Amino acid sequence: MIMDKREKEAGNHRNSPDTAIYTQPTPLTGAEAVWATLVGEGVRDVFGYPGGAILPVYDALRKFPIRHILVRHEQGAAHMADGYARASGRVGVAMATSGPGATNLVTGIATAMLDSIPMICITGQVSSKVLGTDAFQEVDITGITLPITKHNFLVRRTEDIAPALREAFRIAQSGRPGPVLVDITKDAQQNSAIFDFAAAAPQPYRPHPMLSADSTSIREALELLRTAKRPVILAGQGILHSGAMEQVRALAERTQTPVACTLLGLTAFPASHPLNLGMMGMHGESWVNHAIQQADLLIACGMRFDDRVTGSLSTYAPNAKKIHIEIDPAEINKNVHVDVGLIGDLKEILETLLPRLPGRDGAAWLHAISAMKGDAAVHDIQHLPDNGHLYAAHVINDIWRETKGDAIVVTDVGQHQMWEAQYYKHDRPRSLITSGGLGTMGFALPAAIGAKVACPEKEVWVIAGDGGFQMTCPELATIVQEQLKINIAIVNNGYLGMVRQWQEKFYDKNYEGTPLLSPDFVKLADAHSIQGTHVRHRAEVASAVETARRHPGTFLIDFHVEQEDSVYPMIAPGAALHEMIRRPKQNPLVETATEE
Amino acid sequence: MLHTFVALVEDKTGLLARVTSLFRRLNVNIISLTVGGTETVGVSRTTIVAEAAEDRAPRIMASLYKLEGVLDVDDVGRHSAVIRELAMLKIAADQSTRSDLFQLAEVFRARIVDLAPESLMLEITGSASKIEGLVQILLQGNYRILEMARTGRMAMRRGHHASNVLEALGDTTPRIDPKTLSGVLKREAPDLLKDENHA
Ligand SMILES: Cc1ncc(C[n+]2csc(CCOP(=O)(O)OP(=O)(O)O)c2C)c(N)n1
Ligand SMILES: [Mg+2]
Repeated sequence: MIMDKREKEAGNHRNSPDTAIYTQPTPLTGAEAVWATLVGEGVRDVFGYPGGAILPVYDALRKFPIRHILVRHEQGAAHMADGYARASGRVGVAMATSGPGATNLVTGIATAMLDSIPMICITGQVSSKVLGTDAFQEVDITGITLPITKHNFLVRRTEDIAPALREAFRIAQSGRPGPVLVDITKDAQQNSAIFDFAAAAPQPYRPHPMLSADSTSIREALELLRTAKRPVILAGQGILHSGAMEQVRALAERTQTPVACTLLGLTAFPASHPLNLGMMGMHGESWVNHAIQQADLLIACGMRFDDRVTGSLSTYAPNAKKIHIEIDPAEINKNVHVDVGLIGDLKEILETLLPRLPGRDGAAWLHAISAMKGDAAVHDIQHLPDNGHLYAAHVINDIWRETKGDAIVVTDVGQHQMWEAQYYKHDRPRSLITSGGLGTMGFALPAAIGAKVACPEKEVWVIAGDGGFQMTCPELATIVQEQLKINIAIVNNGYLGMVRQWQEKFYDKNYEGTPLLSPDFVKLADAHSIQGTHVRHRAEVASAVETARRHPGTFLIDFHVEQEDSVYPMIAPGAALHEMIRRPKQNPLVETATEE
Repeated sequence: MLHTFVALVEDKTGLLARVTSLFRRLNVNIISLTVGGTETVGVSRTTIVAEAAEDRAPRIMASLYKLEGVLDVDDVGRHSAVIRELAMLKIAADQSTRSDLFQLAEVFRARIVDLAPESLMLEITGSASKIEGLVQILLQGNYRILEMARTGRMAMRRGHHASNVLEALGDTTPRIDPKTLSGVLKREAPDLLKDENHA
């Protein structure tokens, strides 16, 4: 049960979790109870940073089969736990001390909240005796994180630790997932109580009482599905959460309905599937957005009609009936009014619908969408002549080809993120990890560490901008200390590119605060004993990617790309989904010859 | 419009903050909020009057239900319910004006609960409009209201049960199981789609 440090280092920490539970009620300190509960919940890895108020917990770690990954900033710990959860579907765990340790988690918690990621943050808190006195490093972290957690706990008594943590695991994973924070006072960690894992079992999950997919609404949905002439499935991240990939695919194939994906839903439906149109929304391809605007039925699966995918609401899909299948009742009719809301688990609902759905001939509509593509779809950007410029699109397309689309790609936020979404074709669920809802720069590197720890057998690529990479690049040292193999591609355009693009389009090219000086990233890597290389020409891209992949350790490539390139198509703020700014004709990456 | 929600919540520290924080997050203004005990130990009853567009009620309810510790939510404003508020008013009054105030109190079925040389205190229970009526008359009569305290509304559906449907079915199950504090959720599911027409 309890193993010593050497056994642990020998790799025994990957024992199946239940071998390490205290099966009998046992007196433990609160600190031991924290680890014992985590072990009981199947946790093997925790991302954290110590400090005074969490020190008892750290002191007890040596007795438990859990790997602790020391981060360089607590924001990194939260993003790592988040990336861990996104890559594996398991709950990620981050740990920090009170005060500044806890507040440093905040951005990471909000990132997980906006994207509904199951994550647990454990923070130390000052002793209950001094709670409320502005004691050293006391901060009201449960107050601070109230609106950015699914729930949080302040635990003051040792005997409450295991029940609170187990409840936290239940809450983080059930219904619509989300982050949960558990703040534990130092005296609760130090005192002892009887630890009884089984008795600390959480309340059974009570489904949201407003779930409703009754026979009437099912019938209405079936009727809409049967009569639709121009249906489009909108695929969101809820498909991954529900594990409904097969069902969505069956729905699409049975009814020959094309599928448009949200950013977070990109891996929920195979990119290479003939019915996959691609990404919708602000930087979605023109035919995808046109298909939505011309549709007579939208079947929204596990997505929430975010403003980045709808464009102006008053003009959104004006002729379409809408079926919204969603687990969170608070999302129904929030942005877009729907005709039928099926509120519940997507997989269950689709399994109810599917046997009742007849096949359908979708040829005419699919043909019409193909026509909208013009010859865009036949453009392979590899075949465009090398004009001496290095475009981010080429970089990402080459990474996709070299990795055969098999890597887990973790992006940061900005232009490179959108290019990744456009040019890396994901066929596997959970193979794209990106901050969609909050759009958190600095996310990529730590989230990739989390993904690699969760899926050590997977090839993991970071694709980050020169701006965002500098927000969390100290985590390079974490990579080295943990001996991880991650491939890092920096799309270096010398600008906070996405903001520059907005300045170019909407602020008269007034590039205020966006030109960005960066260190030599290869030297920065070198300072961490990480190898790297600069790439300035298109011809070097593929071989650099190959070198990185073959290198046994982490490898960084600094891609010096065209500085003032922009992401197209683009929907200006307030414009309708079909009113896209298209790729300019002189741009070598012209998507179509048949502009409208 | 004004919405009146009754939420039964576990009596735990911080839960009220979660409820109010939710309204702030939803960008919905709370007009009044009352909290107090219920027939079940460990369960508090909050009545929340909030200003929001008519079609936002389902989302507010759905969001309330997402808070851990919220056991039951009812949009009582949509049903036949008794809605009451209590107000205490301290009014400047001396011997010469007292008797008029006594009469006024009688008309409004308010009670005199304190009498001092320069003032008296009225207690009035009733609908918000009744209380506002009294205040208006006082102001028109050039009385000086020295202090006023209002509780905000409390509401309860008419009949035995929260749900008329259940009542018709003869269901007498309490809504909250006193032992587990979990809601006995047999009430009609609020219809998320019926407000569509108000968009
Ligand atoms: C923490 C944070 N601060 C600011 C922003 C606003 N923002 C969005 S994209 C962007 C530019 C990102 O620049 P870079 O990382 O170089 O990526 P690029 O767009 O050039 O590919 C900025 C500043 C943000 N999303 N996150
Ligand atoms: Mg940049």
